[in-house]
Amino acid sequence: MVTPAAPSHLTARERARRAARGGASRSVPAPLLVPALIAVGFLVLPLAGLLIRAPWSSLGAALSGSDATQALVLSLWTASATTVISLVIGVPLAWVLARSSFPGQRLLRALVTLPLVLPPVVGGVALLLAFGRTGFVGRYLDSWFGLTIPFTSIAVVMAETFVAMPFLIITVEGALRSADQGFEEAAATLGAKRMTVFRRVTVPMVAPSLGAGAVLCWARALGEFGATITFAGSFPGQTETMPIAVYYALENDPDAAIALSLVLLIVSVVVLVSLRGRWLRGGIAP
Amino acid sequence: MTHEGSDGLIVNAEVRRGGFMLAVSLAAAPGQVVAMLGPNGAGKSTLLSAVAGLTPISAGRITLAGQVMDDASTGAFVESAGRPVGFVFQNYRLFPHLNVADNVAFSPRARGMGRQAATSAAGHWLDRLGLTDLADRKPGQLSGGQAQRVALARALAGQPALLLLDEPLSALDAGTRLDVRTELKRHLAEFAGPCLLVTHDPLEALVLADRLLVLEDGRIVQEGTPADVARRPGTEYVAKLVGLNLYAGRADGPGVTLTGGGSLVIPDRGQHGDVLVAVRPSAVVVSSQRPLASSARNAWPARVVGLTLLADRVRLFLQGQPSALVDVTPAAVAELSLGPGSQVWLTVKATDLEVYTHADSTPV
Repeated sequence: MVTPAAPSHLTARERARRAARGGASRSVPAPLLVPALIAVGFLVLPLAGLLIRAPWSSLGAALSGSDATQALVLSLWTASATTVISLVIGVPLAWVLARSSFPGQRLLRALVTLPLVLPPVVGGVALLLAFGRTGFVGRYLDSWFGLTIPFTSIAVVMAETFVAMPFLIITVEGALRSADQGFEEAAATLGAKRMTVFRRVTVPMVAPSLGAGAVLCWARALGEFGATITFAGSFPGQTETMPIAVYYALENDPDAAIALSLVLLIVSVVVLVSLRGRWLRGGIAP
Repeated sequence: MTHEGSDGLIVNAEVRRGGFMLAVSLAAAPGQVVAMLGPNGAGKSTLLSAVAGLTPISAGRITLAGQVMDDASTGAFVESAGRPVGFVFQNYRLFPHLNVADNVAFSPRARGMGRQAATSAAGHWLDRLGLTDLADRKPGQLSGGQAQRVALARALAGQPALLLLDEPLSALDAGTRLDVRTELKRHLAEFAGPCLLVTHDPLEALVLADRLLVLEDGRIVQEGTPADVARRPGTEYVAKLVGLNLYAGRADGPGVTLTGGGSLVIPDRGQHGDVLVAVRPSAVVVSSQRPLASSARNAWPARVVGLTLLADRVRLFLQGQPSALVDVTPAAVAELSLGPGSQVWLTVKATDLEVYTHADSTPV
């Protein structure tokens, strides 16, 4: 026969909470609590270090003394351009991967997700080999149109797109796969052709994932370093984005590096918070 | 639309889906409501999918108003978007991101109307179905009955030549079902084209349909007016749906030897050969002892195996030769002290037996 356990104490507040929300005890067992606290510390401490070490008094000087504004503007517009390009060409690709079938589709899906696991530097080298002045595509761009891509702002956008677009594609593809296709069938019986179904039913129904994917893509593009520095270099005002500026500043002017990092941190937090309510309600990936 | 050959919907088709095969042939004339009644998994929804162009057929042909929609032998196929059908889905499938007015305007827009024309066309249908007040609501804010009306309005707004309804009332609770059914019947009567409705609810089929087809395991097992089907069920399944006892047997003049054991005396109309005998549960009389003198020609012993209360009657499940469902009053249950295991005698008049051949239940 099981005997009842000895009573513990329940505060009035806890009583009220359980009565209102229902549910049994919500205390966290120690084997879960300790690792969870370690994880929190690991994530929060470095950010705290940034805040503690920030040269608050000379922040303005540190930022104006460098090419900070230039780098920030470059980072913001290239990341935004990357997101727009990814939406324009990545969403159709996500649809093709999710909704049609053709030979080699699995291989294509693997190729599309490859940049997610590829070291970005390798991506940069690959871009250089393809679009560099002597690359197998770049060679013709150069000789036919006089177009040189590497070490320009266009190269920055290309490097960021190469690395960040797959985040958008897999997010949207997942949403398309899990979306109820019954609505698309209904639209077809109502006389909607494939493109109309896409525009008026499919896209609105995956809008939350589209938003989440775009935010992920933008954030990844904003932080892009390896592919960018390899393919685009680091010319201030031209190709030196914020992460690259932080990296170089750390060598000669640590205070400026911290100030720049703070700016990136603030921009990221602002974007995340302002979009959270709208797009990220259901979590990032479905 | 040209009217060459026969108008209305004509289906002569097979649909294979994995191990399942649906083989049906049916016709629905303009203005006629044809109901397809069958258990879950009988292939009812597959049939609607095939007619709507969501599932291609594997053999045969579907024509609408004389025009080929799908022909497996020639390969001719009209895509869903090109078929003039209005489909009311089982769970309505209203677009959750569009309000009621935009849902109803969807089909006119998709079929090429301008925004303004589509809005006014939708307004007409909203008005006709009494939905004008709900025009700005999202589907999530509608009750079941309202959603059903919006789904019907959305289907009708595309001016279809054919209306398809998949279990139109099954998503509703019992209370609203009655109202919506009456209203639906009125709207179906106003629709000029053929209407094909599938359901597993016999009452729904009996009330809404002009013609009834019973589908079991991918095949039509019975076809007729709702009244015919209700009076002369062709299979056990239909008999159960309409609440009749059904016995198959071999007639020889005034006697029928039942396939499942036992025999019955029937009015002698010179029948010979295989027949079906249907008996209403209320036509059977239960006695605690063998009736000594009775005008009823059939009497046999049976044992009570179960009882359930149906509104004002008690339905008895009786095992015997043959077994039967019998309805008696609660008072009779008390007086005869009936319970599981009770031994009783059943009697039924020969004139209360509906005797017919299988061919009579399913006109070829």
